[in-house]
This record gives sequence, structure tokens and C-alpha cells, in this order.
Amino acid sequence: MIDKNSRAILSVQGLRASINGTEILKGIDLTVKSGEIHAIMGLNGSGKSTFAKVLAGHSAYEITGGSVQFEGNNLLELPPEERARSGLFLAFQYPIEIPGVANTQFLRLAYNTVQTKRGKEELDPLEFDDFVREKMKLLEMNPDFLDRSVNEGFSGGEKKRNEILQMALLEPTLSILDETDSGLDIDALKTVASGVNQIANKNNAMILVTHYQRLLDYIVPDFVHVMQAGRIVMTGGKELALELETRGYDWVNANKSVTGVIA
Amino acid sequence: MSAVLQNLVNQPYKHGFVTEIESDIAPKGLNEDIIRLISTKKNEPEWLLSFRLKAYQKWLAMTEPEWQNVHYPKIDFQSISYYSAPKLKQKLASMDEVDPELLRTFEKLGVPMHERAALAGVAVDVIFDSVSVATTYKEKLAEVGIIFCSISEAVQNHPELIQKYLGSVVPVGDNYFAALNSAVFTDGSFCFIPKGVKCPMDLSTYFRINTEGSGQFERTLIIAEEGASVCYLEGCTAPRFDTNQLHAAVVELIALDNADIKYSTVQNWYAGDENGVGGIYNFVTKRGLAKGINSRISWTQVETGSAITWKYPSCILRGDNSVGEFYSVAVTNNYQQADTGTKMIHLGKNTRSTIVSKGISAGHSNSSYRGLVRITPTAEGARNYSQCDSMLIGDQSGAHTFPYIQVHNNSAIVEHEASTSKIGEDQLFYFSQRGIDAEEAVSMIINGFCKDVFQQLPMEFAVEATKLLSFKLEGSVG
Ligand SMILES: Nc1ncnc2c1ncn2[C@@H]1O[C@H](COP(=O)(O)OP(=O)(O)OP(=O)(O)O)[C@@H](O)[C@H]1O
Ligand SMILES: [Mg+2]
Repeated sequence: MIDKNSRAILSVQGLRASINGTEILKGIDLTVKSGEIHAIMGLNGSGKSTFAKVLAGHSAYEITGGSVQFEGNNLLELPPEERARSGLFLAFQYPIEIPGVANTQFLRLAYNTVQTKRGKEELDPLEFDDFVREKMKLLEMNPDFLDRSVNEGFSGGEKKRNEILQMALLEPTLSILDETDSGLDIDALKTVASGVNQIANKNNAMILVTHYQRLLDYIVPDFVHVMQAGRIVMTGGKELALELETRGYDWVNANKSVTGVIA
Repeated sequence: MSAVLQNLVNQPYKHGFVTEIESDIAPKGLNEDIIRLISTKKNEPEWLLSFRLKAYQKWLAMTEPEWQNVHYPKIDFQSISYYSAPKLKQKLASMDEVDPELLRTFEKLGVPMHERAALAGVAVDVIFDSVSVATTYKEKLAEVGIIFCSISEAVQNHPELIQKYLGSVVPVGDNYFAALNSAVFTDGSFCFIPKGVKCPMDLSTYFRINTEGSGQFERTLIIAEEGASVCYLEGCTAPRFDTNQLHAAVVELIALDNADIKYSTVQNWYAGDENGVGGIYNFVTKRGLAKGINSRISWTQVETGSAITWKYPSCILRGDNSVGEFYSVAVTNNYQQADTGTKMIHLGKNTRSTIVSKGISAGHSNSSYRGLVRITPTAEGARNYSQCDSMLIGDQSGAHTFPYIQVHNNSAIVEHEASTSKIGEDQLFYFSQRGIDAEEAVSMIINGFCKDVFQQLPMEFAVEATKLLSFKLEGSVG
């Protein structure tokens, strides 16, 4: 969905980050414009989730270099809740359980917080209930999940759906989906993908972290990036994912210096 | 732990002021003469003096217990003043004669002493240092035969009830601090609900320690006769001093056939500063006797204050089909310590008890749940359900559970569940990634965690408790 009038939403330059003194991200460059869908692939441990969490502002990581502009602001200066309120969303690879806090209460607080930031009306519990049930229909989610504690005892796939429900509620400008497809059965994958496709439009953008070409059959990316040891070592179009699937990452190693970094 | 968490738990204590008021203070130290002095000042009958002296003798023969999981320097019992009373005019004919300085103190604390300004339908007995200074709604309650007054007054006006029931649930030599209390108690609340009367309003006692170096030893006695019921609330605060103060109270509850006593506490004594200096030692004996058939004793406590909390509100389930309940939230922060829990002693047939304990520890604090469930051979068909959950905030705090279960009757069913959870950085990150800041996140998690206990509290108390908890934990997250 690349559009001539698109604007840069995210611009990452030379981003470096470490945890407990170990450098994980070693200079990442990435630009994401409105209307675009990017996929990031790469071996286990290559730094994909780290990149996502650093963008979202996880306090465990130390930024050791580079810059990130998000919607024209210096993202790295903002606390994580401000990043979220200004439209950055991360669907976690491992959504955490929050016992004792009802999902509906959590969703409503998140929704109202973001709405307030956008200068829009908050919803009272009854209005919100109607609103959230509509969104759940879209994702074929059982309303029973509203009364349960956040993610507590949810199956792997149910947790992922709950993440996408939050994305649908918060209408972010940039959504980073970290392996949302892992753990979903085939039907769920289709449902989630169609939910994502309904949310994607020319004013927002998505970064999909995935190991599988299959997701990209349903959500078609404009760019595919390969991450390796904390860097993006190769960038291509949607056909790159197919190529990776057949040739594997060894092929990347053999070709990255030749191919170079396109993006 | 992040700074947000830190700031969340470290809010200043807002009740820490001292009232400038003239007091009548006994010289420091404890001996028979002091006990006689207290008894004389209170114009007590001879039998009460012997009750005190007997307790004192028992206390002298006892040693301070050390088995509890709390640590503090030895208390010097000779450096405490055992009697401190605000100087009042001889007899107060009405609330308007109360020293305005005292009234202002309680206004500042949010305790209504004027009946016209009172909380909708709550009668209050106010204890300032060692003495009851005011009881509201007395006449209105008297119309239905309820006696609600200070225990000193009750000694004068209803000696037969006091003599019959005082020490009947907590004997004078029950434990070290109960013996001490029995020897030197100065005041407290007395409440008597006659046969068949449902108390038309909640009764409440508000305790305030004001004088530095004084101990507070109050005594509460509540009796619900056949078919009677009452809901009793207790609140407490103290000024901030660098020295530790001892609060060793005794509360006795007696429920006859089909009677129902619900006792709720929101304890917010001064907890000491962020380095653990000062604060109240809260060593309290609370016990209810479910004496009659189908009687019920229910304890709900929200323990947020005190440097050290050491208490086990207990139920002796003597009547057949009697019910004992214990709902507790204990929050510790900084260097606070709490060793709290309950005892459920099942004696009667088909007796039932429920224990729900929620411990929250932040900072360098430690909190222990210690509970005893004893099913005696006579307790045919007894049942107990216990649930003990701990929550840790940050990584310097500790939570411990010591359940003691003694079953001497095969027909008993005893269930115990326990869990420990932690407000971790990743949970807070999850909230913040959805736009919710750490303070709101912690308050949401804590309120969810304490829900089962808060819903036992009367409405206003529950609101108060929720606020107190958020306030208390403000700064602990981050
Ligand atoms: N606390 C830590 N200390 C040291 N290394 C860490 C720490 N946390 C993460 N790492 C390392 O950072 C690297 C990147 O991890 P990350 O989770 O970003 O990988 P990923 O690309 O998302 O992998 P996967 O595909 O398995 O999800 C890994 O090698 C991991 O072991
Ligand atoms: Mg990952």
C-alpha cells in the first residue's frame, strides 16, 4: 500500500542498545512510512524482540547509540506510556498475565487513556462494553474473555488474539506485531490476519516480526528485512520471504555482502 | 526496581502531627504502685484492681516471646509511661465541652466527633492516648438497649457485665502482651448488644496515640447476646516520633446463640520513616468467642501502618454450627515488619471457618502469614478453607507463610491454598505499553489482589482502604 503522499512515521538510524552490558542491537537503520507494512525475519536470538521492546521503551535496555524519530518526535526521550499514547503499539511475543485485574477493566483504562491523549471522549463502562464487544466480533473472540483476568490462563493463541483486540481498540499509528502468528492455529491465523488487514490503512503502518512465510500470504508486506546479530543485513520485497523459506539463512550469509543493505 | 515503583511506595505519612494539649502523665516505669495509681485515678472497684495485680504477677513471671518472625531491640518497659490522659474538665455534659484543640485534631484526622457532622449513621468512640474522650450517638443507641461507651464508664455503670466478661476470652495470663495489657489498660470501648437487637448503625472506635513515650494499652469488649448483631469498625493513627511506641491492646468478642459480630480494622499507625526509624509496635491480642449455636465472628483487617505488626485475630468456635472468618490485607513497605494471621479453634459440631489473607510487601519490608487451624476431637463435621496469597513489589521484600494445621477429627475437611506473585517490571511494562502509568497499574493490580477482602468492608471503609493502599504504595514501583 505504498502511496506517493505517504509521510515517514518511524525513522531509525544507527540504533544500538545493550542489556546488562551486552550489546544486542548493533546499528539498525529502518524507515517506515504511512501505509507501509514491513516484515522482519531472522534467526532466533538475532534481536527482533529486542528491537521491538527498545522502540516501545522497555527500561531494561540501555541505548548506546543512534536515534529514533516517531511522528516527528524524538522517541527515545519519551517514557513508554507516552510512546503508547502517541500511537506506538507492541503486540508482545509473550503477553504477560496479570492476575486479579479484569480484562475489561484493563482494556477500558488503556482505551480511555489513549482517547484522552487524543482529546477524545472517554467511554463509561456500559458504552465501552458495547464498543469492545463489536471489536471482539471482528476477531471472533468470545465475550467471556472480558471478565477473566488479563491473559491469565489464556491459551497461547488466545493471548495473541487479546493482543490484536488491544490493537483494534487503540488504533495505533505504528503497530509492531512480534510473532503474533506463532501459536495460532490455521483458522485463528486467518481471523487475526483479516483483523489486521481491516485495521491497516494509508495513515498507519505495521511491522510484523515473523518466522513464517505463511503469515505473509495473508498480510502482504511491502518490505521484508532480515535481521542478523543485531543488524538488518538484507532488505527486499515480499518475494524475499519466499526465497528465505526455500533457501534458509545460510543463503543470507553467503549473499548479504553481495546484496548489501538496500533499505 | 524503577524509580516509579520507589516513589509510589514512599509517600509521607500525613497523620504524623502532634497535638499541643495539656496531659496528665504518670511517671515512667511499671510497678504495683503505678497499677494502683491507674486504678485509683479511674476510681475502680476492688475486684478490678486485683484483676490487674494478678495479671501483673503473671506478666512478671513471663518472658517476652521471640518466636515471631520480626526483629526489634528489646523493649524497655521501665521507660514507658503507662498513663497519659488529655486534661479534661471533670464531666462533659456534651460534645461542645470537648477541648477545641482535641476536636481540631480529630477533624484533621477526618474523625467526626460532632454528631451533627458525623458520618451518616456511624457512632464513634474516640480514644486519645489512654483515655476515651468522646462517644457519639450514645442516647440514640440506648433507646434500643445498646450500651456503647468507654470501658472506664462501663466499669462504673455496668460493673456486673464487665466482671462477668472481662478476661473471659483472653485470660489475664494468656500471653506476654495480653498480661501486660490486663495489668495496665487505661481505656477502650465497651459495647453490649442485648438479646434480639440488630445494631441500627455501625459502631466505631478511633484510636490516637499523641504523647511521645507513652504506651497505648486499650481494652475493647464487645458482647452480642442471643440473636443480636453488630458491625464494628476500628481506625487508628499516631504522630511521627523517632522513638518507637508500644501499642498492646486486647480485644475480646463474645457472641451468644445466633449472634453475629463483624469487626473491621483499618490500621494506619505511624510506620517509621523510610530508614526504619520510629513507628509503632503493634502487639495486639484479638479474640472472639463464638459461644452460642449458629453464632458468627468475622474479622476483617487492613493493616498498613506500624513499624511492627504482630497480631492474630482469632475465633474460638465453641457453639455448634458457629462460623469464624478472617479477611486480611497486610501491607508493609520500607523496613516495616508484619507477622499476622489468625487462629481458628473448632470445638463445636459443624463449625466452619474461612481465612483469606493477602500480604503485600514492598521496599525492604517483610510480611509473614501465620495461621493455626485446629479441629478438636469434638468438632464433628468441621470445615476450614484457607487462602493465603502474597505479593511482592520490587526485589528487596520478603513474604513468608506459616500455616499450622491440626486435625483431630476424621470428619473434618480442611483446605489450604497459597500463592506468591510479584509485580514485575514486565507487568508494569505491559501496562505502560498500553498507555497506563505505573501508579495506576500498581493500584489496579493491588486492588484486584485485595478484592476478596475489600468487599468485606463497609463501603466507606473500603474506599478509605483503597486510597490508603495506593497512598502507601505510591513510589514503590518503577
Ligand atoms: N538479559 C540479557 N542478558 C544477556 N543477553 C540477553 C538478555 N536478554 C536477551 N538477551 C539476548 O539478546 C539476544 C536477542 O534476543 P531477542 O529476544 O531480541 O531475539 P529474537 O530475535 O526476538 O529471537 P526469537 O526469534 O527467538 O524470538 C538473544 O541472544 C538473547 O539471549
Ligand atoms: Mg523474539
